[in-house]
Amino acid sequence: MGAYFSDDTINQSKELTRQWEEEVRRSLAQSHDQKSRWSTVSDQEIKRLYTPEDIKDIDFARDIGVPGEFPFLRGNQPTGYRGRYWTFRMFSGMGSAADTNARWHMLLQNGQTGLSTAFDFPTLMGYDTDSPKARGECGKCGVAIDTLDDFLTLVDKIPLDKVTTSMTINPSASVLWAMYCAAADIKGVPLSKIGGTIQNDMLKEFIAQKTFMCPPEPSVRLISDTIEFGTKYVPKWNTISISGYHIREAGSTAVQELAFTLRDGIEYVEDVIRRKKLDVDEFAPRLSFFFNAHIDFFEEICKMRAARRIWAHVMKERFHAKNPRSWWMRFHTQTAGCSLTAQQPYNNVVRTAIEALAGVLGGTQSLHTNSLDEVLALPTEHAVQIALRTQQIIAEETGVANTIDPLGGSYFIESLTNKMEEEAWKYIEQIDNMGGMISAIDKGFPQMEIADAAYRFQQQLESGEKIMVGVNKYVTDEEQPIPILQIDEKVEKEQLERLKAVKRRRDSRAVKRDLEEIRKACKTGENVMPYCIQAVKDMATLQEVCDVYREVFGEYRDPGLF
Amino acid sequence: MTEKRIRIMVAKPGLDGHDRGARILARAFRDAGYEVIYTGVHQTPEQIAAAAIQEDVDLVGLSCLSGAHGYLFPRVVELLREKGAEDITVIGGGIIPDQDFQKLYDAGIKAIFTPGASLESILEWVGANVKPRD
Amino acid sequence: MEESEQLKKIKAGDVRTASRLIRNLEDEIPEAKNALKRIFLHTGKAHVVGITGSPGAGKSTLVDALITSYRKKGDTVGVLAVDPTSPFTGGAILGDRIRMQKHAEDSGVFVRSLATRGALGGLSKAVGDAVHVLDVMGKNLILIETVGAGQQEVDIINHSHTVIVVLVPGMGDDIQAIKAGMMEIADIFVINKADRDGANKLYNELVAMLNMAHEFPGGWRPPIIKIGNCFDAVSFAQSVDKLAATVADHYRCLEETGLLGDRMKRKAMVELGESLRDAILSPILKEMTQSGEMDLFVEKLLKKEADPYTIAEEAARRYLK
Repeated sequence: MGAYFSDDTINQSKELTRQWEEEVRRSLAQSHDQKSRWSTVSDQEIKRLYTPEDIKDIDFARDIGVPGEFPFLRGNQPTGYRGRYWTFRMFSGMGSAADTNARWHMLLQNGQTGLSTAFDFPTLMGYDTDSPKARGECGKCGVAIDTLDDFLTLVDKIPLDKVTTSMTINPSASVLWAMYCAAADIKGVPLSKIGGTIQNDMLKEFIAQKTFMCPPEPSVRLISDTIEFGTKYVPKWNTISISGYHIREAGSTAVQELAFTLRDGIEYVEDVIRRKKLDVDEFAPRLSFFFNAHIDFFEEICKMRAARRIWAHVMKERFHAKNPRSWWMRFHTQTAGCSLTAQQPYNNVVRTAIEALAGVLGGTQSLHTNSLDEVLALPTEHAVQIALRTQQIIAEETGVANTIDPLGGSYFIESLTNKMEEEAWKYIEQIDNMGGMISAIDKGFPQMEIADAAYRFQQQLESGEKIMVGVNKYVTDEEQPIPILQIDEKVEKEQLERLKAVKRRRDSRAVKRDLEEIRKACKTGENVMPYCIQAVKDMATLQEVCDVYREVFGEYRDPGLF
Repeated sequence: MTEKRIRIMVAKPGLDGHDRGARILARAFRDAGYEVIYTGVHQTPEQIAAAAIQEDVDLVGLSCLSGAHGYLFPRVVELLREKGAEDITVIGGGIIPDQDFQKLYDAGIKAIFTPGASLESILEWVGANVKPRD
Repeated sequence: MEESEQLKKIKAGDVRTASRLIRNLEDEIPEAKNALKRIFLHTGKAHVVGITGSPGAGKSTLVDALITSYRKKGDTVGVLAVDPTSPFTGGAILGDRIRMQKHAEDSGVFVRSLATRGALGGLSKAVGDAVHVLDVMGKNLILIETVGAGQQEVDIINHSHTVIVVLVPGMGDDIQAIKAGMMEIADIFVINKADRDGANKLYNELVAMLNMAHEFPGGWRPPIIKIGNCFDAVSFAQSVDKLAATVADHYRCLEETGLLGDRMKRKAMVELGESLRDAILSPILKEMTQSGEMDLFVEKLLKKEADPYTIAEEAARRYLK
């Protein structure tokens, strides 16, 4: 193990740094800095200058290495983005299945390379449009899906063997994925040919986003069912996207996002191994992750680099995975919704561009760029196009894809990467000591850590210590109104009629029998997926299946910790 | 000693669970000296209205980020009126486009705060508009 | 509002009137105290159950489940859930009712959150008054959930017929807490989250402790009820039903042994004591403060020109003629 810098270099660095420090002191005596403390958006304090001394303990081969090799700090792919760019994957969905299908065809024609589905809240929470809890929500912030009938409309004329589809769906993921599998079957595409992702990450829901249905333990069990089913029958599918995005949106720091997400990943891997008796290398290569690209440029890049390195160590050392593919952390990135402002909304284009650049320099495998109007409503077609073009400009014009991990080796980048990794490990160990993530959630630990960070940031914003342009600095009185997408109220009415019609024409005895089979599988621990696929084919509704889950497993409720 | 304290309910109607704003606001109200009742996520307008009356609050702050505010917010006001509690002030926040403001005001929502609204501006509004009961 | 009309409305279960009266009592508005005078004579029908235990013991979830259990049998329920007031800002976040929100629309259930407003002992000063209001509303069962902040929450005994002490395994300090006074106040012990490691150990410790007790008033040896994971819906509901039945048994025992009278007497004495303090002391304090006398005395104390005991005795002689 060779020293990263020669003794000469370190000595020179020390000497030059000392001279520089004196120079700084002289300048400061004449005029102060603009503020006394400089920190990231996560309140991580940053030094004025980083030097070789900050990274002198690095062992190049062990800690940095080359892309495509352990510990993957610099990326999974030896070829970088030269082989292919990241997937331009814009999250979309609104109104009815037909509306969303039309938006999808528009995006594909515009050069988007993967689909990504937003569902409305009743669908996300496992309720049909005719549930009293669903009132007012239908089609509002995503597409409404009640039955396979809707799903077939959603994927109409979409080549399921060619386009990969990501579905942002969590507690009801098994049912929606069953619909996808059933749709492929009906369209004559074998399960081995379909590719895509279901988010299917419940732990972060309890921690952050609060889209929950059943308690944590059975929720994780249903996830293990899908991972097992995917491993055996749908090999090109990512059955989980372990997400830090929502943890960050809930107000966490970058380190919390990193640590809680990876600890969630550990919890899932442990459950699959224990419950399904699968070998880690059988399923680990299909695990995928999802991070936020927030506005603090370097912190985000370091977070993503650190994530890859931590995961590689976790897989290799904690789980003894042997297949290098299991050591990979593949992730999708979305720019930070919470960094956007309703004030002067056109500024959001700039924020998103910078965040997207951080995602690319962090080595993301796919990217969603937010539209400028998403802080106000679902995006209009025009706004989505600008967001998509932002990615295309980064890929095709800026030259950042020419070389792999261009910031690697920077004193600051490597030092911050190390620091974030170190702090993330501390959290991971703390949660290990609590008995794992489920029991940490039970104690309210990650929830409270995030709530405290969110409140701290808000107070820094109020005091002017942190700035959001247009919000607490450079405020203008006159606001330019921007066009907004309105969801037609008739979407709900039409959806209700469609649902009613399906319920009328289906064989309700078959549905009853299918649901009974799902109930049995829930109780015995048998994999629910094959029964779900049968049930949706017989036009069991989303809620009917989810009601079985709720009955057998119970309903989780907000513990409301403060 | 007699002191008419102001009680505030922070509630999340609908199915979206994005409670960052609601929880920050609940804390801010507490830190400003108010008594705050928090209902948790996934509440129906019926649950919120019933709780507001049992708790005898002066103000209900609704937060919704799913786009369903057009139904949910006015429904809370309507239910409060039905139960003779029209004196409870209702305000709303979340992802709400300008175009919807007037409809919500017409339905009886007294103020609307969107992303970027400072805590200070919300506290100021409450201080100026929510007075202890007679 | 005409007072008799107010009483009539509350007796008829009118939520708005009752909740407003509770608030006026909390805010110590004089007219509310007057209303209470009339109400008091109609109280004494409800079974008041106190629920105490450390934070994170699952008290609110247990209260929620008890409500369900009582409602199945047709009982009406009032809940007073107490949360702490911040000593720095005077504000409070009252979050207990989150766990009980599924009962929000049930007209047979009334849940009211109270902030401690500086009161010690895990309750709020208005708890006793609020119990009267819920009682007159016709709630058969009144559940009081204490703050659960520490070991000094013995005040609950002055307001309840039955006290449930909730413990969870693995908190370490449980037995310590019990020794520090909870032992005397518990009529029923609940070991909550009993599916966790350490439940049996806790159970055995409790049994050993009860075995050391010299006597049990009325022959009531506090039962220990284990309640498992709240997500295991069926078995959870069964053990909560058992708890509800035990609470009823305890009340019957109090009635049969005449101990109910003792408890009511204790409650009455506490109430009388508090009211006397309020009636006699508050006006004196107010006058002394307003006249500036108070500041003067404080000054003297600081300069060591006088001692507080003599000042108090002189004040008593002057005011209490």
